[in-house]
Amino acid sequence: MAKIGVFIETDKDEVKKTNFGAITAALDGGKNEVVALLMGVDANSAQETLAAYGAQKIVQVTVDSADLTASPDLQARALADAIQHFALEGLIGLASARGRDVFARLSAFLNVTLASDCVGINFEDKTVRKSHFSGKTIATIKLNSDLLLCALRPNAIEAQKALADSQVESYAASVDAPGLVKVLEVKKGDTAKMDLTEADVIITGGRPIDAAENYKMLEECAELLGAAVGASRAAVDAGFAPHSMQVGQTGKTVSPRLYIGCGLSGSVQHFAGMKTSKVIVAINTDKDAPIFQKCDYGIIGDMFEVVPVLTEILREQTGQ
Amino acid sequence: MQIYVCVKHVPDTAATITVVGEAGYNDTACKFIINPYDEYAVEEAVQRVEKAGSGEVVVVTVGPEAAVSTMRAAMAMGAHRGIHVKVEGQFLDSTLTSLALKAAIEQDGTPNIIFTGRNAVDTEGFQTQYRLAAAMNLPVVSEVVNLEINDGQAIVQREVGGGTRETLEMKLPCIIGATKGLNEPRYPKFPDIMKAKKKELKEIDFDQLGLDTSVDQTELLKLEAVPERSSAQIMQGSVREQVNELVRILTEKDKVL
Ligand SMILES: Cc1cc2nc3c(=O)[nH]c(=O)nc-3n(C[C@H](O)[C@H](O)[C@H](O)COP(=O)(O)OP(=O)(O)OC[C@H]3O[C@@H](n4cnc5c(N)ncnc54)[C@H](O)[C@@H]3O)c2cc1C
Ligand SMILES: Nc1ncnc2c1ncn2[C@@H]1O[C@H](COP(=O)(O)O)[C@@H](O)[C@H]1O
Repeated sequence: MAKIGVFIETDKDEVKKTNFGAITAALDGGKNEVVALLMGVDANSAQETLAAYGAQKIVQVTVDSADLTASPDLQARALADAIQHFALEGLIGLASARGRDVFARLSAFLNVTLASDCVGINFEDKTVRKSHFSGKTIATIKLNSDLLLCALRPNAIEAQKALADSQVESYAASVDAPGLVKVLEVKKGDTAKMDLTEADVIITGGRPIDAAENYKMLEECAELLGAAVGASRAAVDAGFAPHSMQVGQTGKTVSPRLYIGCGLSGSVQHFAGMKTSKVIVAINTDKDAPIFQKCDYGIIGDMFEVVPVLTEILREQTGQ
Repeated sequence: MQIYVCVKHVPDTAATITVVGEAGYNDTACKFIINPYDEYAVEEAVQRVEKAGSGEVVVVTVGPEAAVSTMRAAMAMGAHRGIHVKVEGQFLDSTLTSLALKAAIEQDGTPNIIFTGRNAVDTEGFQTQYRLAAAMNLPVVSEVVNLEINDGQAIVQREVGGGTRETLEMKLPCIIGATKGLNEPRYPKFPDIMKAKKKELKEIDFDQLGLDTSVDQTELLKLEAVPERSSAQIMQGSVREQVNELVRILTEKDKVL
């Protein structure tokens, strides 16, 4: 049995639900012991949710006389110290924007190998699986350091409940050097909008959405689906949506259980960001659109007709 | 301003990748380009020097012989000269890459800023810039969408999900990982492409750098093509019938609704 840490990401003091899949991965079917590491939030409030997925130890990591949110370098160093203190053999986390950053800092600081954006992990032979060449190939990579560091693609590993007896602890890490990078300001995005990388269901509008206000149509449908709304680069470049909504090679990488693409041609670069979705649906007016060659279900039709009908049917079903 | 830009030579994102052997691909069959994120890095560096009216932009690439075409493309965008660390083999671990970049830069001069991209689109490592920063003991921020420089401080912005933007500060010299949103990379014009051919390009063999290669490394064991999904099952009937059928399948068969 190996002792594996999971770096828990929080948003507005809440544990993001994408962490649960990372805990499931770290637990490795009960073969490992999982230590959840939290920063800047109260570990007690997170205990129940994290223990439900198998975290045995839930640790609130702090640093005396320093604000951990004030520097990503400090966070990486505090994690390095906690890894040593708890004698962790590995640390798993999410390859979200924050996770990618913290794991890269940590691995560089410790001089330890790292793989980011992984879709699978094997603790026995210390290998991970991850995309190479924009999702066209999957690489199996061996991580040769003693300490295993891996950031997982959110939602790539399905969370499974595995209730554990858990204990909460607090650990004051010692960090000697000050961070070289200082956070000056954090400007929250639109709080009503769900983060794409967190979403279980995504509905995306491509270039033919034609105007920013037309995303309202998708938002209405998304509300009933419990979905986040995405955009293609063509729609972003045309000014219909902000870059934070872009899915694809130069945007977000997502792995929801359901992806509904409306007015998407099916470009390689868009698929690079959502190919690992469980089920992909396309709505497109052109029966020969390339997207129909690489998705699960298709509706040949105008999204401005199809989406409102979908919204209506979902509304009837949910009785809202 | 002495600016170095790390630029990787990668297969075009639209290229077909044919796996060869256990862990290789047919690189003679695909078109290579400058790593798309590194274009933002080059553009930013060139604009900084153009605006200041002084300074120099040096492109640094660790790559095969053929990477020269990518270096020339960066020079056509306005970089002044290049340093090419030549390696054989299709994949080089990011720790070794960062050590080679550090050695090549330090042999050449003293950087005020080093620009990189956010990730290479071939191996999707998301880490070389951080390793370079740790090796050189410099501050680093990646996925930068906005940059201001005042009094030897770099103020940068990055997006951290959900539309949230973070503003960070670090001292120069520093490393900045560029991403989409930082600027609009230019398309070089024909005279610029011609001029780039004459710009200075220094070549160094990886082995000549005398690096300690006994560091921990990742090892690519296997490369497998990801099968595309086959053709979609197309819904039939009126719009309402099609949507009803879709909802039924997604609910009952796939259980994703
Ligand atoms: C280096 C690089 C990186 C890139 N990164 C990304 C990225 O991150 N994300 C991304 O998305 N793209 C990216 N692209 C761009 C990509 O190549 C495509 O240009 C883009 O994805 C196309 O967007 P689209 O599918 O919305 O539009 P289009 O290609 O224009 O397709 C629109 C589709 O909608 C259909 N249509 C038209 N009207 C309707 C209607 N009323 N109802 C339903 N269907 C309709 C059409 O038949 C067509 O198939 C990148 C490109 C490069 C070179
Ligand atoms: N072989 C290389 N030569 C030059 N720069 C590189 C090389 N590999 C990576 N980089 C730089 O590091 C960034 C991140 O790469 P990676 O960690 O491989 O995703 C890239 O965008 C480049 O700017």
